[in-house]
Amino acid sequence: MASSLVEQLKGGLDAPICLTWELTYACNLACIHCLSSSGRRDPNELSTAEAMAVIDELRDMQVFYVNIGGGEPTIRADFYELIDYAVGNGVGVKFSTNGSTINADRAARLTGTDYVDVQISIDGAVASTNDAIRGTGSYATARRAMDHLADAGFGPFKISVVITRQNIAELDAFQALADGYGAQLRLTRLRPSGRGADTWHELHPTADQQIDLYHWLQAHPQTLTGDSFFHLSALGDPLPGLNLCGAGRVVCLIDPVGEVYACPFVLHPEFRAGSVRDPGGFTSVWRTSELFRSLREPEAAGACASCGSYDACQGGCMAAKFFTGLPLDGPDPECVHGHGELALLGASASSAPRGPDHSVPVRLALKR
Amino acid sequence: MVALRPEPFGALAYHYGNRRLTFVRSPDLVEVVRSLGAHETVDDALSANNVDEKRWRAFHRALDALAGSEVIRRRG
Repeated sequence: MASSLVEQLKGGLDAPICLTWELTYACNLACIHCLSSSGRRDPNELSTAEAMAVIDELRDMQVFYVNIGGGEPTIRADFYELIDYAVGNGVGVKFSTNGSTINADRAARLTGTDYVDVQISIDGAVASTNDAIRGTGSYATARRAMDHLADAGFGPFKISVVITRQNIAELDAFQALADGYGAQLRLTRLRPSGRGADTWHELHPTADQQIDLYHWLQAHPQTLTGDSFFHLSALGDPLPGLNLCGAGRVVCLIDPVGEVYACPFVLHPEFRAGSVRDPGGFTSVWRTSELFRSLREPEAAGACASCGSYDACQGGCMAAKFFTGLPLDGPDPECVHGHGELALLGASASSAPRGPDHSVPVRLALKR
Repeated sequence: MVALRPEPFGALAYHYGNRRLTFVRSPDLVEVVRSLGAHETVDDALSANNVDEKRWRAFHRALDALAGSEVIRRRG
């Protein structure tokens, strides 16, 4: 029964199970691993009315919740209006923030809103580790937001960490920090997407660290991971979760201007399925786009076909392969059996694709 | 509050309180779950939905699991 469920999920559903929505590319930080290369607001951002129309579609498709991110989503002037509208329409909201706008008043407001989860991002359990990635002062800012949420009695907010070579030794410290707040720890995988393409080689965990992480996750099954470490399941017993790439099958991403991509980690024209501004809206993109149709076809194991772990890891993460210049039917760059490292030796770093940079001003074509 | 979204494999159940997403992995199990409120006992619901008695044990196990994730609740 389980395998037939996985097969059905690979074939795609009529509506995503969850989706990520980057509300804005504007951000007051410039994290060196930002998967959307955020910085500046795109002048063509969806309007409040357009965003509400997307929420109407999500309600009609029975998408139970949406992961809102950015950029820093709380910078949008209509941020609270949009989350209230989503929740009022049965679309729960989980949003990621660097915490810079979460003051006592906002924390109290969030505490009074049902079905809203708050994820505060930090990438180090101490300021020095965190600030090296997220910028000077960002650790103190995040902790202040956590204090406000705790003081307001928000309940179990989430502390969201991208695991890196530099912070992986702090896993127990992250857990202690979360426990101290009554918060939940959420760990996700570093992808070579956005600015992460430039820093991935220095930041991604070593092979030994990946093994430590696998055992740590096995020992802490309550840890939220967004199923992002399924490539580690090749090390033995599978990690909790579906252990499959959900891109275009059960997840997708909507960017600030309404473009729909297969997953949050592939902001690149090759994985653009359409726009919520197209006729038919998001629903039509999800159900009829050529790209999503092709992602729902049975995939070939390719270079991994002869590996005994393929059923466990499914060849790993499409985005990680794409942005390191590896073929999509080859091993994940962080393949636990080392096949990725070998493949990377043969891949030319200069030919690896890059997504758009949203930290520079958008050039508008001027009509003469 | 729990919402059920029909799917070819059965349904997706989402609990807005604990934020848990659960796969209800057969269409007839979904029917049984939907009808539980109208019946005194699980067995009443199973027979009203014409579930073959050979499958009752499996259904009981599946319903126990759904109760564990708070998709359904035992009546006190």
